[in-house]
Amino acid sequence: MTHFSIFENFGHSLKAQAHRIEARSVEDVERAFRLARQYGLTVTARGAGRSYNDAAMNGGGMVLDFSAMNRISEWDPKTGLVRCEPGVTIRQLWEHVLPDGWWPPVVSGTMTTTLGGCLAANIHGKNNFHMGTIGEHVVEFTALLPCGNLVTCSPQQNAELFYAMIGGYGLLGVFLTITLQMKRVFSGLLEVHAWPTSTLADHLKSLEDHAPDFDYIVGWLDCITIGHGQIHAARHLHDGEDPAPQQTLSLAYQTLPSRLFGVIPKRPLHVLIRPFMNNLGIWGINTAKYLVSLRRHVFRQSHAAFHFLLDYVPKWELAYGSGGLIQYQSLLPKETALPVWTEMLALAKRHGVPPYLGVTKRHRPDPFLLSHAVDGFSLAMDFKVTEARRRRLWQVLQDFDRIGLEAGGRFYFVKNSETTAETARAFYGKERLLKFKQLKQRCDPDGILQSDLYRRIFGPALASLDGQG
Amino acid sequence: MNPTLSPATPLRPRRRAILVGASSGLGAALARKLAREGWTIALIARRAELLERLQAEINADGIIRALTYIHDVKRHEQVTPLLRQIVADLGGLDLFIFNAGINLPPGLETLNAETDLEMIAVNLSGAIAWLAPVANLFKEAGEGMIVGVSSVAGDRGRYANPGYNASKAGLTAYLESLRNRLSRHGVHVLTVKPGFVDTDMLRASLGPKPFTISPERAAEDIYRAIRQRKQVIYTHPIWRWIMLVIRHIPSFLFRRLRI
Repeated sequence: MTHFSIFENFGHSLKAQAHRIEARSVEDVERAFRLARQYGLTVTARGAGRSYNDAAMNGGGMVLDFSAMNRISEWDPKTGLVRCEPGVTIRQLWEHVLPDGWWPPVVSGTMTTTLGGCLAANIHGKNNFHMGTIGEHVVEFTALLPCGNLVTCSPQQNAELFYAMIGGYGLLGVFLTITLQMKRVFSGLLEVHAWPTSTLADHLKSLEDHAPDFDYIVGWLDCITIGHGQIHAARHLHDGEDPAPQQTLSLAYQTLPSRLFGVIPKRPLHVLIRPFMNNLGIWGINTAKYLVSLRRHVFRQSHAAFHFLLDYVPKWELAYGSGGLIQYQSLLPKETALPVWTEMLALAKRHGVPPYLGVTKRHRPDPFLLSHAVDGFSLAMDFKVTEARRRRLWQVLQDFDRIGLEAGGRFYFVKNSETTAETARAFYGKERLLKFKQLKQRCDPDGILQSDLYRRIFGPALASLDGQG
Repeated sequence: MNPTLSPATPLRPRRRAILVGASSGLGAALARKLAREGWTIALIARRAELLERLQAEINADGIIRALTYIHDVKRHEQVTPLLRQIVADLGGLDLFIFNAGINLPPGLETLNAETDLEMIAVNLSGAIAWLAPVANLFKEAGEGMIVGVSSVAGDRGRYANPGYNASKAGLTAYLESLRNRLSRHGVHVLTVKPGFVDTDMLRASLGPKPFTISPERAAEDIYRAIRQRKQVIYTHPIWRWIMLVIRHIPSFLFRRLRI
């Protein structure tokens, strides 16, 4: 019934064996909870395993794999309401709704993620400043709690649980069905504006000033020169702007090219990039990219091509070599972002561990209990992990946490893998954690739902509240 | 009471091992070696006091590298739940070492079935009780390393100690079978054949003891073999050649010897 399997995070930098059990129905989930009790093990729900840290890892425990529970059970092209099982991927979703003129309101940078995972993490996209997180577009969900209750939650019904389970990292219950509101689109194309930025100050000003004019905005930041960068901002086309919407809304129009410049096949590309994945090689790549990006231009691009950059190079994560990569996302209020990131990036550079990729976004707050959002910006940084770097990088990231926390920063726990329980406790504050603890005790009194993330962050942080809950 | 391990992270990764028969001699030396190399180890043995002392010694610098579990390998029914618990406590499993073994003095003139069966129960049945479920787990995962500490004594049925020879010959054969079943599934099996290692077990036995090495030296040899993914090693290495000769002694001659 269970299958001992090896699980990894998205960046292939964390690996652990666990007892895998497949979920295809609510009965399977019930059975998994029962088995966990019988064996004295804990359970973690897992979708596509695209978290950069330990959110879907449960070393030595049970992993409830939802990837096969992936039916789209209802779709209404008139209202744009779609009801899905949790293993439905973003790819399945947009391919299902786009031909009817709809698009998911919020998507991740890869379309391989599952909706269950997206809700548990309460993901944001390049339109966070405008559309909020995915949770804000959930009309209703049903979930099974380890205490045995089957609940239906919406902003009106069981609202407390609704706002805690979305973004609750799968620690209160598991999603069984998810009803989402799609966004109406009149074309399969977006109008994309691209322009360069030469300093970090310039970059952040661009993000802030231009966000209101667009539906999406995202920046690429060269973390080696600390300032060179490029902004991509896009808007949906209005009704009538696209002369042939039927054609552009078709799936055939949305395919990502399988070749680069029409000639180089992309499948083995990650192997070709590998020799450049060092400080010098990345300096070269970044410089070349910046030179190319100096040309300001406006163009039309398909939704899939604009949104799913992470799917452009198949298995790009493997380019980082055997140690894999980790991502650190720093979310900061708009007032403190500039000095803090200047300090962080200089620190990383000084220790010889500059991020190889920096991606910036504009954010706004949201009403969820364990929210990571802020009225400000985020900078997601990818770091290469090697044996020789581990200790240095760990120290640098602890400093990032300290600096970020002091500056009113927030933390997103499907990204940072090294943040400690103490940092998390300071960031969430006593009140939020107490509320989460009460919910945890109510929904999961035996502590069945645990992940490595829970044991690293939430377990110790909640335990530190003992005598106060 | 075992301390709780904090979960591994990409920058603080963990390699996890189970060591059965860890309390003294070669087992304790292996435990110290693995801990020095950064492994986290579940130490299993019968004798609580020795085990806890070893745990305290390994964990003395404040980094938790050793967990302990009291278990008698003759209690086969305990293995499956205990294995499950240990894998959960460690957060996974990469390496399994079976090192439990006893060598009881044989009856000099009259054979003693009781002591022979006792050696089979610990050295062979005890090993199988652990090796089979571990092999199943690793096969499912498609990865893992199994190390069985057998003995040069398993290479030939010699005059001196039929029960010990039989138990180790059985273990060697069992490990070889596991290797043949599991290598195609990505699982590696290492058979270790120590000669004389300077431990309590050796001190209790009779006769000359050529090429005796320290448990620390044997542990170094075994760890190197684990890293190099060897299939069979002798420690001290000279035993490979000695046993090559002994394996080829024809029966008409072997019958007349007392080795």
